[in-house]
Amino acid sequence: MFKSSLNSINEIFAKIAENATLYLPSDNKDGNAVYTKWENGVVWSNSLNTVKSPKDFFFPQVEDMMAFKTEGKNIEINDIREESEDFVVFGVRACDVRSFDILDRVFLVDPCDSYYANRREHGIIISVACTKPSETCFCKTFDIDATNPGGDITVWKTEDSLYWSANTDRGRELLSKLNLEECGDEAVNEQKAKTEAILNKLPLANLNTDGFGGDKTDALFDRPEWKTLSESCLGCGTCTFVCPTCQCYDIKDFNTGNQVIRYRCWDSCMYSDFTKMAHGNNRLSQVERFRQRFMHKLVYYPANNDGIFGCAGCGRCVSKCPISMNIVKVMKTLGGND
Amino acid sequence: MNTRPETLIPVIGVITDVRLDTPDIKTFRVVTPDGKKAFDHRPGQCAMLSIPGVGEAMFSITSSPTNTEYMEFSIKKCGCVTEWLHQAEVGQQITIRGPYGNPFPVDDEFVGKNLLFIAGGVGLAPLRSVINYCRHYRSKYGTIDIVYGSRSKEDLLQYREIIEEWATDEGINVHLTIDREQENWDGHVGFVPNYVKELGFDTNKTAVLCGPPIMIKFTLEGLRSLGFEKTQMYTTLELKMKCGVGKCGRCNVGSKYVCKDGPVFRFDELDELPDEY
Repeated sequence: MFKSSLNSINEIFAKIAENATLYLPSDNKDGNAVYTKWENGVVWSNSLNTVKSPKDFFFPQVEDMMAFKTEGKNIEINDIREESEDFVVFGVRACDVRSFDILDRVFLVDPCDSYYANRREHGIIISVACTKPSETCFCKTFDIDATNPGGDITVWKTEDSLYWSANTDRGRELLSKLNLEECGDEAVNEQKAKTEAILNKLPLANLNTDGFGGDKTDALFDRPEWKTLSESCLGCGTCTFVCPTCQCYDIKDFNTGNQVIRYRCWDSCMYSDFTKMAHGNNRLSQVERFRQRFMHKLVYYPANNDGIFGCAGCGRCVSKCPISMNIVKVMKTLGGND
Repeated sequence: MNTRPETLIPVIGVITDVRLDTPDIKTFRVVTPDGKKAFDHRPGQCAMLSIPGVGEAMFSITSSPTNTEYMEFSIKKCGCVTEWLHQAEVGQQITIRGPYGNPFPVDDEFVGKNLLFIAGGVGLAPLRSVINYCRHYRSKYGTIDIVYGSRSKEDLLQYREIIEEWATDEGINVHLTIDREQENWDGHVGFVPNYVKELGFDTNKTAVLCGPPIMIKFTLEGLRSLGFEKTQMYTTLELKMKCGVGKCGRCNVGSKYVCKDGPVFRFDELDELPDEY
């Protein structure tokens, strides 16, 4: 365990930024925390979490994959992939750290996604333990410990200090370069206990997950409640775009005039054309699309991933859905949480 | 440069032959620019074909793996990519990547079995790969029955190959049918599911079905009424796909991804999935 004073944080950021591009949550002019490239003058946000999740760092919203040139009947394929720069993401909360594990289990399994793997190998995660979890937080439901968020390095914040502890080899390597003062873990334990007291009182922290999991397809798929739950869903896809674990994507071509760029971009199973193809569409109604999104997170994903749920309880969808429908209401309605 | 292997990046394929099979289906022969097969595959596997700027789509490989010279794709004109392909000429380059998905179990469960292939319309395309594979290794299998139907005689895919090669093979029974009476047709008239029931097959067979969903549904019921178990019947599914490797999320049904866990499924395996395919 290492310690630094909160006042010296900009010096530490400067030191980290010497060897890698540093990103951290900073408030924009509208007062919303967004991941921002650090440079002198960029202030670390006091917000609990960022509006958009940090999944962009590894799985960007839009990314060019390859380029083509065509001449007559001939095609030239150009591999435009570049090795990522080294970067550090500071200030990642426990829920979002879990989301990287959830995404890893999709993108890094055979055949490994080289675009994702490249960024993952070059990105160091410095997590920050929560001190003021909000009432939309429910990470605890998924056994995530907000006081012990993980990543390559964990940071705990107290009134006047930061406490640092490395969890991986590359975390240890980075931490050793910061020349911080070694210390005991009393202050951290005290801080953890305070946060735990808040976590235990959160209204959504202990949702019952017994009704969900890999073996629950038959029990849940034909439940009549899907209809009422999805009735007011606009199919806007906001939930999927703010979600740290949604990973569905589209691949599209863009003709620049002298070449064709094949790019991929986030997509949403909530959209009516997501499964539309020449011979038909296997999810014609919003009920079916709505059900797919939640069944995937609460049943299908755990079925393929040792029971781990595809939700990290970050609460972004809870606060951003324009009609206030979200996974918590789904779990309460279908999982006997009422 | 990111030099990690990447399945989403295709290679060049050259169309070396285009055959108009039916009014809306063409069969394309594809090799690499140096005249080789782009990759090896197993019967029932698929490949992603694309035309840069138009789009990319998944197609079953209709040629048998035993064909070492080229791959063939029988493609029905029904969307952006397929319409573009239909106006393509010999020499046109496209992109190709694969193979994707699981094949039919031609070297395990099918071995020693009597095989019954049932196809409707362009549904013959994926089965042709299996049929020709089984013809090549003929002694590994028992009797082979093929029931194939289409709207009209002109809509029967690979008609010449069926008549000149399959129907003349010893131990292969070909049963063709078309939906409505027409001139120059003295064969069976009627829908595939009814024809299957009329033919009344013995249950000592492994059945392989491919065709429009409605044909599959009623043929399945027909075979069940003849006494076939779901564990002795296979099909191959088709859903929207973008990546082909179980990551983009489109072909997800239940805990399966049709591109990677399918497209070949045994009917008892399908029973475990929600009815969304």
